[in-house]
Parts: sequence; structure tokens; C-alpha cells
Amino acid sequence: MRFSFSKMMLWLGLAFLYAPMLILIIYSFNESRLVTVWAGFSTKWYGELMRNDKLLDAVGNSLKIAFLAATASVVLGTLAAFVLARFKRFKGSTLLRGMITAPLVMPEVITGLSLLLLFVAMAQLVGWPASRGMTTIWIAHTTFCTAYVAVVVGSRLTEMDMSVEEAAQDLGATPVKVFFNITLPIITPALVSGWLLAFTLSLDDLVIASFVSGPGSTTLPMVVFSSVRLGVSPEINALATIIITLVTLLVFASWYYARRVEKSRIRDQLAAKES
Amino acid sequence: MTLKHLSQGPSPVLLELKNLSKSFDGHQAVRSVNLQFYEGEIFALLGGSGCGKSTLLRMLSGFETLTEGKILLNGEDIAAIPPYRRPFNMMFQSYALFPHMTVEQNIAYGLKQDKLKKEDIAKRVDDMLKLVHMESFRLRKPSQLSGGQRQRVALARSLAKKPKLLLLDEPMGALDKKLRGEMQLELVDIIKQVGVTCVMVTHDQEEAMTMADRIAVMHAGEILQIGSPHDIYEYPNCRYVADFIGEVNLFGGHIAEEEPSYVVINVPNLVAPIYIDHGISGPGGERPVSVAVRPEKVRLSDQQPDEQYNWGKGIIDDLAYLGQHSIYHILLPDGQFIQVTQTNDKRRERPFELEQEIFVSWSPDSCVVLEE
Repeated sequence: MRFSFSKMMLWLGLAFLYAPMLILIIYSFNESRLVTVWAGFSTKWYGELMRNDKLLDAVGNSLKIAFLAATASVVLGTLAAFVLARFKRFKGSTLLRGMITAPLVMPEVITGLSLLLLFVAMAQLVGWPASRGMTTIWIAHTTFCTAYVAVVVGSRLTEMDMSVEEAAQDLGATPVKVFFNITLPIITPALVSGWLLAFTLSLDDLVIASFVSGPGSTTLPMVVFSSVRLGVSPEINALATIIITLVTLLVFASWYYARRVEKSRIRDQLAAKES
Repeated sequence: MTLKHLSQGPSPVLLELKNLSKSFDGHQAVRSVNLQFYEGEIFALLGGSGCGKSTLLRMLSGFETLTEGKILLNGEDIAAIPPYRRPFNMMFQSYALFPHMTVEQNIAYGLKQDKLKKEDIAKRVDDMLKLVHMESFRLRKPSQLSGGQRQRVALARSLAKKPKLLLLDEPMGALDKKLRGEMQLELVDIIKQVGVTCVMVTHDQEEAMTMADRIAVMHAGEILQIGSPHDIYEYPNCRYVADFIGEVNLFGGHIAEEEPSYVVINVPNLVAPIYIDHGISGPGGERPVSVAVRPEKVRLSDQQPDEQYNWGKGIIDDLAYLGQHSIYHILLPDGQFIQVTQTNDKRRERPFELEQEIFVSWSPDSCVVLEE
């Protein structure tokens, strides 16, 4: 093959991005307990992983929190985006817009610390939340995920043809009905991607969760992070491999779906031209 | 209004707008409009962009609140009724079809809001599909339709509820030029077949003249003239209307003689004064006026006319032979250009040539006086 500079840069870039993950996957099949010494192929750490209740509990906690936080933030974020995109300018609408997107740029440490202070103060004043745990992590994650959902859904709402909603009203549907019959189905793709984004962010979050967690509410990133400090266990490698595999499958599935949608769109256009 | 008053047909008034005004942040988009719509007519609001015609339509549909005035439907004020309770339906410029519903579901949507029985809805949808010749497309999504087909579906959807008033917002705005001509006539056919009263908004004078029974020309939030396409073209009541509808040549002059049955106007640009064979309204007395003459009403000749009135002399500055007709630009002595169109109905042995001296003339009944 002829030497080509741009090709070489491509492979270097890909190696830079994916070599660490590849090494991690290889070492997850390592026989040895020492992470950095290769001692032959084995799948024993996958078995160990299945027996590690602490780790599996953390995975369960993380998934539960991510699911609930993503769902709650889609509801709240969509409401906020709808108010900002569809209501006439009201007093404080600029302020609301700024406040909703502020968590996007706020350092996580500050978000986490301020939420911790809030929960402590509330516990003293009103007695709720009595202790920190799953609920407080859920609330904290919903807070910052709502901002992301509001941005994703808001951009879809602003690019949507408003006369479609007006047409529904014109045909006799009340504004509430229009929202559920017309607006919601049209922005569903944005809701789905907002939900997935929130789910990923929540699953990934370590800093905020560390601030507001309590006993019995350890999430996966917290377990991984603390175990790394004691030396990486090959189980973590195995878990990471599983997660990478799942994410890869999801990405490919969504790519395939998007390609099919695009193809049928082109087919529709051709059909429309012919008829 | 000039001579011919708008013909108030036998139809009763369906909708009356009284003193309708709308202002946005101190800017008056619509200024005290008074209008009457007769049952079964197609009425066009015609004007350039920003003239307030769309705002007026949105006030009728209920999407825009009124700053002042009344909208009387059969004598009842409906200004406070929200759009989803008004017995009016609108065809939007972008058609605004619901992208996630099939053609059938789009048409049925309004009927479902009325909680009709399933069989009644199905029957009405069938009728509508037949009316717009879209029976074979009932299960398609809007993305699978061409522009003209989308328009048919949008029309069917807005007619499905048998509205008292059909509103059309730039009905041909989203179609390419070739389709427009066909769809204009077809749309009129369907609307007349259904018998619904229709108010349309357009900036295209040709579209308004093709489709509408009556036209209101709007400018800067005000209605300048209301009349049939013929009235508006032949008897514009002001310079703006004359200029907006078609081409026009305007001559500035002074009234020399004014009698109930004729007027004589001295125009410095022409050799002979203008003579008009009917009286004009106005304050009377010697005053500056404009006289409008349409390009196709002007005759050209290389012989000096022997009449006493209505002719002038100029030089052919530019000419374009378009086959069916020719367009001439004629330079008058003081630098004013006038446009003349001549139908090429006979083969002229010697066509007029550039730079040739030429005489323009017209008959006393083909010009209109516009007060300054």
C-alpha cells in the first residue's frame, strides 16, 4: 500500500481513541489477578463478576436512578421547553431561559455541593428527605438532566412548523388536545433522544452522586472509582467490556434505524414525484 | 369608488367586519377596516407584504386578538370566540398537514373533534376524497405526496367540517408556477361546487383576479378599494391601486373644464388635452389630478391623429416583440416614458421601428382620473 500521510493520521487518531478500550477488553480475559501482567486467556472474571453482589447492586442502583431521572427530566424538560417556545414572551421569560440552561455550564462540584446543602437544610427544617440515598440522587440527577432535555426538545419545537398546531386548533381541537394529538407525536424523536441523553448522563455521573448519596445508595461509577483507588480488580474490566459491548450494539442499532428512515424518506419523495 | 358601484348581488351578508383594528407594540397593522362578506362569494384580500392582509385573516380565524372592532357573524359578535370554537376553517400557506397521520386521518381529524359517529366520519371523508380526486391516496402520509396533492388534502381537510367560512392563506404560495394556473381554476371549481363562502389572502394580483368574485386592495393596514376584478382594473380609485394592479401610465395635469357629463384636463406632456366622457367626483374647481391609461388601451400610429383631444407625440425608445403582442416604451418630450402594448392581430407591412416618431392616442372612455 502506498504511504499516505492522511491515512496514517486517520489510523493514529483511531488508535488514540480506541486503543485504551481495546486493551481493557483484552485484559478482561486475563487469567492473572494483576491487571497489567498477561497470564493467559480466561473468562473467570466474568464469573467472579456475577458473584460480586456489591458490584451488581451498584449496577442495579445506577440503572434504576438513571431510568427514573431520565423519565422525570423528560417530563420537566419538555414542559419547560414548551413554555419557552410556544408561550408569548412573559415577564421573566428571559430569566427562565437562562436559569434552565445554567446547569449545562455549572461545574458539577458546585451543583453537587449546593444540592447537598439544600438537602441538609431541608432535612433540618421540614424533616424531608430524612436521610440521603436513592431519592436525593434521583432529584439531583433530574435537576441537571432537565437542562439537557429542555435544550434538545426546545430546538425541535422551534424548528417545528407552528401552523400545524394552529391547523389542529382551527379544526376544533382545544390547546391541550393539540399538545397531545399533534405536538407530542411530532416531537417524539426529540423526546427519545433527550431521554437517552439524560439516561447516559445519569449513569455516568460520579461527582454529583458522591455529594448527595447516602448509605445503601452506591452507584456504579462510585464503586468503580473507589475500587480503582485500592487497585483495579479485573472484574471491573469484565464489567467495562460488557458495557462497551452493549453501547456498541445500541449505537449500531440506532445507526441502522436512522439509515432505514432516511432511505424510506427518499423513497417517499421519489414516489411523490412520480405520481 | 368611481363610476360603477360594486354590484351588491342578491346574496345576504354572512360576515361583517366593523371598525377592525390591530396594533402590535404601537405599530398599527390593521386600521379600522370595514368589510362585508356575502354568502357564497370568493373574496380576495390583495396587497403587498406587510399590508396587514395576513393579520386580518388571522383575526378572522381567531389566532390574533382584536385591538378594536367587531366581527359579526349573522349579526352576532364572535371576536371573543377562540379559534377552536369558530365555525371557520383555514387552509394554511404551508398546508400544515399533520405529518404523522395519513391522508384519511388528516381529513377526519376535524370531524373527530365534533364527536361524530364513526360511520358518519368515514362517509364524510369518502365524500371529501372524491371531491378533490384523491381516493387512491387515502393511506399515504403527507411526505409521500406532491405539492399539488398536498394542497388537495389540505383543502379537503378544511372543507370536511362544512365551515361557514373558508379561509385561504396564500393558497398557491407553496406551488411552482406551472401548477398554479391549473390549481387556481380547480380550487374555484371545488369551492363553487361546495358553495362555501371564501376569504383568501394573496399578494398575486393575477391569482386574485382569476379566483375572486370581489377584491379588496390593502395598503398600510387600510383598505383602499373594494370591487370586482373588472372594477378594480378598469376603475381604480387611487394611484396605488392603479399601479398595484397591472401596468398603468399616469399623466399629471390640471382640470381645465369640468361638467357633469365630461371633463377636460390639460396635460403638459401631451399635444392635445385629455377629454373624458364622464363626470368625476371631487371637490371641483381647478386642481392637479392624475390620469391613468392602461398600456393596452393606447393606440399607436405614425399618422398625426386629426382629433381635438387625447393624443400626444413621442419617440419609440424601446420595443419588444413577443409574438402575440408587442411592448413599446415611448419617450415623451419631457422625459416621461409610457408603456404601450399592442396585440399583433394583423401582420403589419411595416412595423414600427426604434427611434421612430410616433403618435399615441386613446378613446375618451378608456382613462380614469385619480385625485392627487
